[in-house]
Amino acid sequence: MSSRPTLDLRAKSHLSYFAYVCHRFSGLLLACFIPLHFLMLSQSLRGASDFERYLGLTDFWVFKFGEWALVILLAIHLIGGIRLLIIEFGPWRGLRKAWTQLAILFGIACGLLFLYLAN
Amino acid sequence: MSQGVLQAKLWYAQRISAMVLGLCVSIHLLIIFYAIRGGLTAEEILGRTQGNVPFAIFYEIFVLACFVHAPIGLANILEETFSRGFISRLLPWVLAALILVLGSTAVVGVYTGGNV
Repeated sequence: MSSRPTLDLRAKSHLSYFAYVCHRFSGLLLACFIPLHFLMLSQSLRGASDFERYLGLTDFWVFKFGEWALVILLAIHLIGGIRLLIIEFGPWRGLRKAWTQLAILFGIACGLLFLYLAN
Repeated sequence: MSQGVLQAKLWYAQRISAMVLGLCVSIHLLIIFYAIRGGLTAEEILGRTQGNVPFAIFYEIFVLACFVHAPIGLANILEETFSRGFISRLLPWVLAALILVLGSTAVVGVYTGGNV
């Protein structure tokens, strides 16, 4: 049986619930991506030319979009994670809503910076 | 070990690894932004990493922190969303093994550049 509590609409419309969903969603997608990322980098064991050939396999818009999305997810998960650590280990000062907003802004900033630098 | 003690230890391990990852991800994001300028080639990547001991140590620490952090997170999600069955227990172990083996292989790969 699931151990997840049943939440009503008031709890789900809270900013902290949004932060929780963002953190879970980004964490889950990053966990799926990390083995693939390592698999790609481990091809460097075959030497520079073969590694380049494998890197070339990701030269499709789907992969480019995926890389961009993952950088945003990584940024959101980073700031969301710092928020959680501050809540759990720091002095209690509420649910640190500013950190939730910062996570979104930092994610957008990293996404834009990625687009700017990648071109 | 009782379930309560195990849960407490897993919670603590995930938080400690999160602290390490906070530093590693911040540095990694900076490296990503530096590396993607003008495209990413194998030569560029290996030029930075091949024979670079501090780079290899940093990324192995990164891999080990991921190895602790991600499977515990996945186990929490699976346990809270689905029942605590065989698949919910197996998947985090599979993820842990993939991260450790592929991650360490990747670190050796970019350090040696294939000249093992």
